[in-house]
Amino acid sequence: MYTPEMLRLIEVVEQTREKRLQETFPRLTAEEKTNLLRSYHPDYMEGAMRPLKIGPNAGEKLPHAYVDLFESRSMIDADGLSLDDIAYDVDVLVIGGGGAGTAAALLAAEEGADVLLVTKLRHGDANTMMAEGGIQAADKENDSPALHYLDAMGGGGFYNIPELVRALVNDAPLCIQWLESLGCMFSKYPDGTMNTIHGGGTSRKRMHFAHDYTGAEIMRTLRDEARNRGIKVVEFSPAVELIKDERGQCAGAVLYNLETEQFLVARAKTVIIATGGSGRLHINDSPTTNHYGATADGLVIAYRAGAKLIYLDATQFHPTGVAFPEQIVGQLVTEKVRGLGAQLVNIDGEQFIYPLETRDAVSSAIIRECRERQKGIPVPSGYGVWLDSPMIEIIHGKGTIEKELPAMFRQYIRFGINMAEQPILVYPTLHYQNGGILINEFAETQVPNLYVAGEASGGVHGRNRLMGNSLLDIIVFGRRAGKNAAQKAKTVQLGKLTLEHVRRYNEELAKQGLGQRVAPILLPDYRGKISG
Amino acid sequence: MTAEKKTVSIYVMGKQSEVPYGVTIMKAMEYAGYRFIRGCGCRGGFCGACGTVYRKPGNFRLKVGLACATMVEDGMHLTQIPFYPANKAVYNLEALEPTLGTLLKYYPEITRCLGCNQCTRICPQELPVMNYIATAQRGDIEATAHQSFDCIMCGLCASRCPAEIVQYNVGILARRLYGRHIAPRAKHLAERVDEIRAGKFDAELDRLMQMSKEELQKLYNARDIEQ
Repeated sequence: MYTPEMLRLIEVVEQTREKRLQETFPRLTAEEKTNLLRSYHPDYMEGAMRPLKIGPNAGEKLPHAYVDLFESRSMIDADGLSLDDIAYDVDVLVIGGGGAGTAAALLAAEEGADVLLVTKLRHGDANTMMAEGGIQAADKENDSPALHYLDAMGGGGFYNIPELVRALVNDAPLCIQWLESLGCMFSKYPDGTMNTIHGGGTSRKRMHFAHDYTGAEIMRTLRDEARNRGIKVVEFSPAVELIKDERGQCAGAVLYNLETEQFLVARAKTVIIATGGSGRLHINDSPTTNHYGATADGLVIAYRAGAKLIYLDATQFHPTGVAFPEQIVGQLVTEKVRGLGAQLVNIDGEQFIYPLETRDAVSSAIIRECRERQKGIPVPSGYGVWLDSPMIEIIHGKGTIEKELPAMFRQYIRFGINMAEQPILVYPTLHYQNGGILINEFAETQVPNLYVAGEASGGVHGRNRLMGNSLLDIIVFGRRAGKNAAQKAKTVQLGKLTLEHVRRYNEELAKQGLGQRVAPILLPDYRGKISG
Repeated sequence: MTAEKKTVSIYVMGKQSEVPYGVTIMKAMEYAGYRFIRGCGCRGGFCGACGTVYRKPGNFRLKVGLACATMVEDGMHLTQIPFYPANKAVYNLEALEPTLGTLLKYYPEITRCLGCNQCTRICPQELPVMNYIATAQRGDIEATAHQSFDCIMCGLCASRCPAEIVQYNVGILARRLYGRHIAPRAKHLAERVDEIRAGKFDAELDRLMQMSKEELQKLYNARDIEQ
């Protein structure tokens, strides 16, 4: 429920709406965008980072929350834990039960591998489930994988690894067709043509969606398929350390049963990390859109095993997190709201940024509007700007919001705000880990037999991911990882299992006076607080 | 009394805690010292991990909500139902026919529906659950698919059903049958897949991959944007 003061300010937004409907705010030039990011993007905030002292990326500056993790010691006693007592012995071990992990497991099983999927929470508990807006693929006549390539590179600041982007855009239509064949209910016209719209930074309307439950629809479909195929799944059992063999190949993982508090050894010929992102580390003390389990576990264990990280210093703040009501601050307001025509508006009812610039730019512009120009709207947690959602009903017809954005509508109506009639208040929120573990186009890391897919990986999105390229990423690289790991497993000969790399990492920490904390943290700790 | 200072009493499985007024059940439980393993997922109403049932003093009604989206109330007695055993049919979607026969083969119990409407009453998404079971009984797969689309599979419907139907699994079978066998395929998508398999875009992608950042940037800034 809005306060009387907010209701008064809404009148200002309503007064300018008719004029704004005719108005297109000019796009940023390349130079303006660079300056905006340098001055206002949280990545450039003084004091937000420090150099990492250990491991393959030693010397590089990362946000404190990551450095804290990488400079933490292992949960396990590398000398005391017996690796002879093997609880699971499989061809392919998939760590993570979100979209990337499940796609990987399905493809690995299709290749004939004996697959085990382990996950920290329930199968399907992942950021995938929460992805609302859509999935990109260049499958319309006026579009091409080359245009998609260009958009993704530009969005990422041209830092993206070309081979990875090529894989992403080339596989995109194949992946949409795979999902269609699994019965995903994409929003379509009566003749079967996909309903597609723009996302921030797209040059063609290539955002496919399933209302605003796109990720949920993909996740539950993949999970149902995994259950139909009889893929073995162990829930509430995160991997807390990778296991290698004496030749330095990745050879499995130590699992930790969260409920019984036992450590269990899983031996595997190949391992796929699909543990997702890290929003629950609350980088810069920011609220986050992320799932409860997004604590970067996979990064920690892969790093100790010698995998290299890339662009982990680039954090994506989603421009439109909930700024009000207080109960749901930080939660996602899908970019699809802007894709359908809603503009961003300041306290005077004026636009201040083209609504579909890339996310880094829109976030920076909102921060500038509130911080420097003092044109934000006061809310209990600070300030926000208006997202003029009723415009959607004017542009596309009454009832569009309930039909196309049912999750958003529900999120607000629960708190007495009808976003079809009233604009909503938004502010940037921690959303996505742009970087991660470096992979190649086969989803391989530099550690033999270790693969990574999805948000845990880095390189494909450069320093800023576009909307709709994450759901795409998890399917493209999940499938690639699953297929390649299964094929590789056919030729792998494992030697004696060892945790020597963990022992050495702990030694190095001790030498430098580090290792007071323990990681991975597995779950955020909100006890005694009102948080998250 | 100001909003910041006001607290309420809640009873988590009978144990009393004093928590701030105006927060969700999930945040209130954390404030009270709970660290979730089960019963917490996306924290945003999408995953169905935090289905919660509760009663308020002096009211016989059993109430329900997602812990992440329901506010605490004074005197609320609650428990989470993070898991409920369910019957899930195993099938090969590709080989199925989108017919009433298929629904009845895998979930014959849908005919046992008593029409009590408890499933609809308990649904935290406020879906017409009993209606979509009725459409399933008639073999209207399209209607079942659409009416169940916003389901988050929290399982509360199944926990209340006297006919022991697992409504949400019926829903996903209907949706997958609809998506795979009833909704028309996207022709433009099939054509694009053929073009990609034939290597139509390879040369252009090769060329882009070889370009310097400056060349790419020039192309990017000059690209036309679909209106």
